[in-house]
Amino acid sequence: MLSNLGNILLFGSIFITLSIIYFAYQNLKEKNILIGKNLVYLSFFQITFIIASFLLLIFAFVFSDFSLLAVYQNSHTAKPIFYKIAGVWGNHEGSLLLWVNIMVIFSFLFFLFNYKLKKSYSLYTLLIQNILILGFLVFLISNSNPFFKILPIPSEGLGLNPILQDPALAIHPPLLYLGFVGSSIYFSAAMAAILSNSNGKNFASSIKIWVLISWSFQSLGIIVGSIWAYYELGWGGFWFWDPVENASLIPWFCMTALAHSVLVLEKRNYLYNWVLILSIITFISSVTGTFLVRSGILNSVHTFANDPARGMYILIFLSLMIFFSFIIFFKRKINDNFYLEPISKETFILGNNWFMMFYLATVFIGTIYPIFTQVLYDTKISVGPPFYNSVIAPIIIPFLIMMAIGPKIRWIKQKYNDYKSLIFILILSCVINFLIFTFLKSYNLLSNLIIISSLFLIIHSLKDFIINSKTKSYYNLPSFLSHTGFGILMLFIILNHNYSREYDLNIKVGEAKKIDNIEIKFENLKIEKRDNYNVIIGNFNILDLKKNYQKNLNPEIRIYDNPQTLTFESAIKTNLKQDLYLTMSNIDGSDFYNVKFQIKPFMLWIWFAAFLTASGALLRTFLKK
Amino acid sequence: MLTKKIKTRLLFLVSIVFITVFFLIFIYLNLKQNILYFNTPSEIFMNNQIERNSIIRVGGMVKKDSILQNNEEIRFVLTDYERELIVVYSGTVPNLFSEEQEAVVEGILNDKKYLIADRILAKHDENYMPPQMKKILKENAK
Repeated sequence: MLSNLGNILLFGSIFITLSIIYFAYQNLKEKNILIGKNLVYLSFFQITFIIASFLLLIFAFVFSDFSLLAVYQNSHTAKPIFYKIAGVWGNHEGSLLLWVNIMVIFSFLFFLFNYKLKKSYSLYTLLIQNILILGFLVFLISNSNPFFKILPIPSEGLGLNPILQDPALAIHPPLLYLGFVGSSIYFSAAMAAILSNSNGKNFASSIKIWVLISWSFQSLGIIVGSIWAYYELGWGGFWFWDPVENASLIPWFCMTALAHSVLVLEKRNYLYNWVLILSIITFISSVTGTFLVRSGILNSVHTFANDPARGMYILIFLSLMIFFSFIIFFKRKINDNFYLEPISKETFILGNNWFMMFYLATVFIGTIYPIFTQVLYDTKISVGPPFYNSVIAPIIIPFLIMMAIGPKIRWIKQKYNDYKSLIFILILSCVINFLIFTFLKSYNLLSNLIIISSLFLIIHSLKDFIINSKTKSYYNLPSFLSHTGFGILMLFIILNHNYSREYDLNIKVGEAKKIDNIEIKFENLKIEKRDNYNVIIGNFNILDLKKNYQKNLNPEIRIYDNPQTLTFESAIKTNLKQDLYLTMSNIDGSDFYNVKFQIKPFMLWIWFAAFLTASGALLRTFLKK
Repeated sequence: MLTKKIKTRLLFLVSIVFITVFFLIFIYLNLKQNILYFNTPSEIFMNNQIERNSIIRVGGMVKKDSILQNNEEIRFVLTDYERELIVVYSGTVPNLFSEEQEAVVEGILNDKKYLIADRILAKHDENYMPPQMKKILKENAK
């Protein structure tokens, strides 16, 4: 029943999408200046159908309709309702439906907002976006249909992987998808701008807000994913340079570059080609990332049940997309003459883009390299975090400095003569750095330089903001928030990196152990029964003999029934200064419990700074009017 | 003669090429240094080129009844059904770590039979195994 209804909705969507493509094409050939009303109605039907199908799938998960294969494989009646809903996008089929939903929503909104723009531009955008939607819809129906039936109907589902039953992970896919898939709309818009010979300025101002929105959500998705990795994986780190993380970071670099260079195009009508290329590669890298991660070529948590046909389909689709977008791009050469003064906002923004491309290249090479060696020499390798750290860290320093100065520079041309405050801030940063250095003992030169440059960025932005706020102009508030946030982020990441401490031990119940000034006592074990799992709770007492504090930490070992899995939950005590982080594990019921105890300074500040950075762009989307 | 505009543009282009090449070499050299090779215990036995102090990854099956624990460390034997490797590790183990299960460890080789691990890689679910590992185990088990 549900399955049939779902399939009808999906086929309906395909039909509507096809009609939109047809009518948009017809409408383009007609001479009149107005966009046909029928396209508006069709778009409205399309969004209604696709959202209805998504709601229907949520409904099936909530009421545990196991006649659907996707529900049977990923849900269970005993699961809390929140995770039943999260289960919708916790699997390949459902997440693909979410993907198509976001594409349609963005298409609809973009069409509505830009209805009054040049007709051919709006129509081409609609046309191309719908070709993309069609591609994904066909993929959805032909090989990843979430409404696939099973007979006989099972009485109970297999359950959702317990590691996914977590609030941060439940909201993380929709956030990230808004970023990933949101970039499809400016891919289409860029194609449309080329095909309709649009003016660069108009193109820039029409996509600007969408770039900012997708950038913010992409950032939020990455942050929430890191928070999850931090407390769930039990390693105490929040960024591992894992292929999955890299796959989300590559489009993020593109979006960051685009969010800046689009300003140059809007204000000065420069860099048109470059903005077009960025718009195109953002979406391409999003799809490529998804492909690499989903197909199992790169090892990851996100590897769903493997089906070679899936990988093949995305690969073909991707190749066609790359092929046609570049053909269109090179066929219609857009004349892009410009001359940049060395000290101007344009040059600084171009500088930002260069940095972004450098980071992108680094992460891309690191992620792709193992695949190449596998194919070419048949050696199995992976690229470790030290690679990324040693390549990216030194380049962060000039980047932070430029980030501080950039927003202050005017468009077109400026004589820079503010050296006095520059030197003053630099000295101030060095002094603060020296204070940190003496308080917290030694660390290496590179860290010192990064701390100085991030302090420089923070102080410089604060100064600019205070000067600006005297004139009551708050237009720069968003970029101030993002830039300062990024400075704070870098500062605390480096501090955290240098001052984290870690103690590993195996310990029996009732024992205590002293390392350095810290005494770890394993008081007792408790066993409890909760909603859908049993749990063993360890009670640890941490005593810092030097600073004289005492904390109780309760890590857990959870035993889930459906599917039967163990998970280890870390115990975290957070305050402004540091996180105390403790995980315990146990091998095959041995008396010994393996314990990892970590002191991670300033974790709360890292999250705060990351959210601050992401909030800037969101604020800009509201502040603009 | 070249005008000033063309001159600056030429300078700009040359410097871009120069900078790009420089940074690509920089990336490449770092990459060379930080590659983790994936091996099986027999490959370690056969290969004489593995450096003592570089970090490698080893995959295999945790041998039955081989896990020993004391106050500081966990010791176990990793096998690919042909050769064995003793692994010493301290810290927490991933949730799916147990005897007769596959594991991937990362660490420094002490000699050909002895590895000091600083990480046991988490496998996120019981069905997941690196593709290379699956192939090797399947072949050796025959």
